[in-house]
Amino acid sequence: MTPWSRACLSAAAVAALPGAALAQELNALVWCDHADPALVEPFEQAHGVRVNLREYEGSGAALATLEQSQPGDWDVLVIDAIDVPRVVEAGLMAELPVDQLPTADFFPQVLMEASTTRDGKVYAVTEKFGYNTISFNSAEVDAEDMQSLGTILTDEYAGRIAIYDYYLPVMGLAAVSLGMQTADLAADDLPALREMLFAMKERAATVGEVVASQTALATGEVDIVIGGGEFLTAVLAAEQPEMTWTIPDQGAVLWAQSIGVLEGSQNKDLALEFVKYIVSPEGQARLATSSCYWGMPANRMAGEHLTDEQKAVLRWDEQEQYLSRAQLYPAPDADLDTQMQDLWLEMLQR
Amino acid sequence: MSEGARGWGFVAPALLWTVAFFLVPLGVMAAMSFARLDGRELVWGLDWGNYAKLAEPAIGQAVRVSLEITLTVTAVSVLLAYPLAAILAFQVPPRWQRLALLLALLPFWTSYVVRSYAWLLVLSKQGVVNKALMGLGLVTEPLTLANTRFATVTGFVHFFTMLLTLTIYANLVQLPRNYARAAQDLGASGWQTFRHVILPLTLPGIVTGAFLSFVLCIGDYITPQILGGNNELALPQVIMVQLGRRADFPLASALSVVLMGLVTVAYLLSSRWLRLDRT
Repeated sequence: MTPWSRACLSAAAVAALPGAALAQELNALVWCDHADPALVEPFEQAHGVRVNLREYEGSGAALATLEQSQPGDWDVLVIDAIDVPRVVEAGLMAELPVDQLPTADFFPQVLMEASTTRDGKVYAVTEKFGYNTISFNSAEVDAEDMQSLGTILTDEYAGRIAIYDYYLPVMGLAAVSLGMQTADLAADDLPALREMLFAMKERAATVGEVVASQTALATGEVDIVIGGGEFLTAVLAAEQPEMTWTIPDQGAVLWAQSIGVLEGSQNKDLALEFVKYIVSPEGQARLATSSCYWGMPANRMAGEHLTDEQKAVLRWDEQEQYLSRAQLYPAPDADLDTQMQDLWLEMLQR
Repeated sequence: MSEGARGWGFVAPALLWTVAFFLVPLGVMAAMSFARLDGRELVWGLDWGNYAKLAEPAIGQAVRVSLEITLTVTAVSVLLAYPLAAILAFQVPPRWQRLALLLALLPFWTSYVVRSYAWLLVLSKQGVVNKALMGLGLVTEPLTLANTRFATVTGFVHFFTMLLTLTIYANLVQLPRNYARAAQDLGASGWQTFRHVILPLTLPGIVTGAFLSFVLCIGDYITPQILGGNNELALPQVIMVQLGRRADFPLASALSVVLMGLVTVAYLLSSRWLRLDRT
């Protein structure tokens, strides 16, 4: 046998080893909560595959990543529910076999069919949701005052407030407190929103993303986070139970993220298996309590896999009431979105 | 092989590397700064609209904020680093100088992000600084130090003072002691010796460190993001907003070109002292 033949045979033998099955990889573009090994490793072990996760920090970054990629680079996409129509219109999402997914077990209020379905075809399913509302330190502020932005934005709390640095939910929350419907926001509403945002900024000590807001709250730098919610305080709850959240009387903004399979995927079957795992009761419980941030699972059956303490932190028993008082994220068209982002930048620089 | 061809052969790897990973990306970035977004569609062309946005208050202010922070940091760092470098060079016995330099650099063995968060905790209302001030009875209420420009400048100065100390120290230890002695023999006072002899001869070290500080500071995103509390945005933060949230690569490119322009101006102003061929 020649050295060349031996090399070829060796290569073939290596390829035939059981470990070679691990060569199958799934590439997913996700929010950071999916990067928790406790969530992903059970799927990898069950299927003998590797899941490569790429976290992004905003929908814009996710869309830009997709635009710069070749079809097939990505198999699974997790994205804010309000952004699903954008990726569907761009032809990026594959149809999901909804009969294979447990959507009947989902909280009906978060199915979001208007976003996830087009021409009767389902392209994504909601996997996790929560609220952009008011997080606060109950040891330092009067919980009654947290029931309205009107009582929060007073001199008493000036300098003790952080604003969550994401324009859509915070502007949505401002709109809700002004009695507007987030779904009907238009350019004419921006002056009133500007006034409200500037009032927030004047009294705010900081404007930060999740970790910065958590740090500010945990270290006592601020006592209130506007735009916060369970995703912000849940991971603090074990050590600092005084960190809590509420939904003001006027209501709050509902955030939801969806998962789907990309049209260009070369691994559609495996990608669908991943989606099925994520929306299964076990996967949902792990996703809900991810180390990056917590949130309510879309699948109600996940409750069977959560502890009473975890459910208490998520306010499991109050969801029906909360959902009835929450409005969806604003879903601006491209022009309004640009104006809202300009306004947000203006607020930050103020 | 001729002498010239062999020379090109030696230079070729570095040249190719520079072309592939510096000049080409730079060209793409410059070209993209004249493109525009039509919805989510990138339209190439010669559109000055991105540069016109510098006139918008929020973006124009970012340039101003960046310059103010950078110039403050550079000036404060020079003022702190020079005496420190002088003490290391002239007061610390030579056998201890290496150890002193090592100790000065020790904090930089930790991650830049971790160090910034550490400063955030130190400057917070319940942090070491406020507790010390209140313990000494100097203030009755904690001061707002974190999430301010003061915090950003403090975080930067912590880093750049040490960087400048190194460049100035390297200059100072090369100075023959006889220069100072000669000046004093000629009747110069200590201040005159410093002003007319030592300072001019250490200017290259100062300017090199100051230029490095300027470049690193004006392009830094992490420190103002963590320590500034987003209460005002510096230029790199506005660039990141365009990239991370709006996916507006043309505007981000234009702002990056402006950032490079500011660095180029700083280089031109300091180039006299940055020459490699000191004769």
